[in-house]
Amino acid sequence: MGAPDRNPVRPAAGTDVLRFVTAGSVDDGKSTLIGRLLFDTQSIPSDQLVALKDASRRRGRGELDLALLTDGLEAEREQGITIDVAYRYFSTTKRHFVIADTPGHEQYTRNMVTGASNADCAVLLVDARRGILRQTRRHAFVCALLAVPHLVIAVNKMDLFEFDEKVFRTIEKDLRHLALELGAPDPIVIPVSSLLGDNIVTRSAQTPWYQGQTLLEVLETVDPARLDYAFRLPVQRVARQTGTLAIGRWHDFRGYQGQIAAGSVAVGDEVGVYPGGRRSTVKAVYAPGGEVSRAGAPSSITLELETQIDISRGSLIGSIETPPQESDAIIADLCWFSERAYDPRRRLLIKHMTRTERVVIEEIEYGIDIETLSKVAAPESFSQNDLGRVQLRAAKPLAFDLYRENRTTGAFILIDEASNETVAAGMIFSSALQG
Amino acid sequence: MSAITDKPTRINQLDALESESIFIIREVVAECKKVALLFSGGKDSAVLLKLAEKAFYPTPLPLTLLHIDTGHNYPEALSFRDKRAAECGAELVVRSVEDSIAQGRVQLASEDASRNAAQSVTLVDAISELGFDALLGGARRDEEKARAKERVFSHRDAFGSWNPKAQRPEPWTLYNARLKPNENVRVFPISNWTEIDIWHYIARENLELPPLYYTHKREVVRRGHQLWPVTHLTPPRPGDRIETLSVRYRTVGDMSCTCPVESIADNPEAIIAETLATSISERGATRMDDATDEASMELRKREGYF
Ligand SMILES: Nc1nc2c(ncn2[C@@H]2O[C@H](COP(=O)(O)OP(=O)(O)O)[C@@H](O)[C@H]2O)c(=O)[nH]1
Repeated sequence: MGAPDRNPVRPAAGTDVLRFVTAGSVDDGKSTLIGRLLFDTQSIPSDQLVALKDASRRRGRGELDLALLTDGLEAEREQGITIDVAYRYFSTTKRHFVIADTPGHEQYTRNMVTGASNADCAVLLVDARRGILRQTRRHAFVCALLAVPHLVIAVNKMDLFEFDEKVFRTIEKDLRHLALELGAPDPIVIPVSSLLGDNIVTRSAQTPWYQGQTLLEVLETVDPARLDYAFRLPVQRVARQTGTLAIGRWHDFRGYQGQIAAGSVAVGDEVGVYPGGRRSTVKAVYAPGGEVSRAGAPSSITLELETQIDISRGSLIGSIETPPQESDAIIADLCWFSERAYDPRRRLLIKHMTRTERVVIEEIEYGIDIETLSKVAAPESFSQNDLGRVQLRAAKPLAFDLYRENRTTGAFILIDEASNETVAAGMIFSSALQG
Repeated sequence: MSAITDKPTRINQLDALESESIFIIREVVAECKKVALLFSGGKDSAVLLKLAEKAFYPTPLPLTLLHIDTGHNYPEALSFRDKRAAECGAELVVRSVEDSIAQGRVQLASEDASRNAAQSVTLVDAISELGFDALLGGARRDEEKARAKERVFSHRDAFGSWNPKAQRPEPWTLYNARLKPNENVRVFPISNWTEIDIWHYIARENLELPPLYYTHKREVVRRGHQLWPVTHLTPPRPGDRIETLSVRYRTVGDMSCTCPVESIADNPEAIIAETLATSISERGATRMDDATDEASMELRKREGYF
């Protein structure tokens, strides 16, 4: 099956964007699937297509190996594996898409975490011959941990079984069971052949027993909308206008700048400043297009308040009806990123939204055995790609929401103060009991 | 400021990109000490400058504009650069590859060789001379393979080198801009924009660009699928047939290595229509140096290229 014969797809004006992350074990066919998705939506420029055909022939991969499209850096080619998240863009008449393509190799759980952190949807690959692998379990687990709202699983290489429904149904059943076990969203499971294009963009004639959507149809229709959370504005910087330049409207101007993380804000709203909870009233809201009476997530705005209170980078301006939690002690899930194992003697910083504070890991509650996905009681340390739950204490109280309620105000990274390396990603599970 | 307008809470893709870029620009200025915005007068840097103006409105731009002049720039791009710099009120600093050549810091194979790679040296020298710890650039991930994996905050050592393995992971929007002395960070606020997004934004914001971006008559020579402009740096070869065509540039880079495309588009909407109808990539149509070497961008970046 070649590219469907139709006009190249066009994004309509004002359409929205869906970010999705792709993952699978090495050789499950992820590169072929992404190549197929781009090829069948006519998203590959003609010169790149020529280069792709050249490369396919040069490397003895037939006329056109779509997997080579996403073939990465020289450093990666030398090792024959992908080592980093790659971002790709395409659009259809319905929507814009950002693909975070994460490598399949076992040692790169951290890339899956990075790719999943911003994703509205995850597309996991399963090879119909191999069924559910440890990697599949791990990827589904990461999706659940990172609270990715939608899960799609493509059961690939169905052509090798002549699109036998029984093969598909068995794997599908196992997948639903797995998602339930891991607390991942109930998956949409699709029988596909990335190689031949079945059920990727075009509906397959080989799977009359499958009534569901193609992969593209799913991606075009899943709802990327977040829940309507209470207003949250992490303050990035305070813009001040003083001196002789500041005349008239801008005399003594003081604006709090940031990107709205949740909810919306309107002129006249009473808001709180956290931690602490001091209150003021919104005097003016400036969005990128100019002054507005109301702005919502994810707009970058400048907020003016009626009264001048002590607000600086790292403050969180938010709803007073639904305030954030405040604590210096939190319980969180961590994914250790650094090649250097966790060492309690090294000094750590937490970057939580726009706030950076010194922090210590007071206790490792448990680790996750990545093979069995079961808990390991109190491990001594974390090595690269380890997952686990910890208790943290920050030098000053943080204002936050739980990660499962807000993926922006509940997320953080840990930074090694001496090397400046980003050593871990974290998701706030709860506030720790004081004392 | 015009009348207060009500904005729906759901924002479209272009607004979302705009807000994301503004967030990134504000993070850099909040976390770094001395920030430069690389401004060449090209369309991507014109969009970037507009986003920076919006990010800090109504206060003055807290950054310096920096241009690395290869000496092979089109005069139209340079006069646009100077005009925009004056309008936005930020200081413009120009450092030139010619000076680096005169100082013996750069050796070119020949006088008219492409200076694309050579500008890395001038850039790294300018960074240490002027003490910048952060540079905002208008690169996009959709441009090229090695860019697809580029971070938004791209960490460079004191030599400006990019090591793909040493890049910091960027989960959520938690960028880590912490630096050691003499290190710097290159930041790409429009990473997630595509060429078509850029043109939609230029149309929507009514942004001015150098006239080279719109249709004009130019002498060119056909080479493969590219049109090579006839300039003093790219003179016709014996036997070349020179044609005068209606063309425009999709990118305005170094004169010695940038090709125009055939076009009668004289406004952003017409360019959007053409871009949607064309099937060739921006780099494929316009860059003389890339068609030959898949890995050339990755190599240049390791050497300190932007
Ligand atoms: N028969 C068949 N082979 C496939 C299919 N998808 C991928 N492959 C083959 O599986 C191998 C691995 O594919 P690739 O896309 O490189 O896998 P990745 O490592 O997951 O990116 C290649 O030889 C592909 O041609 C499919 O749907 N059917």
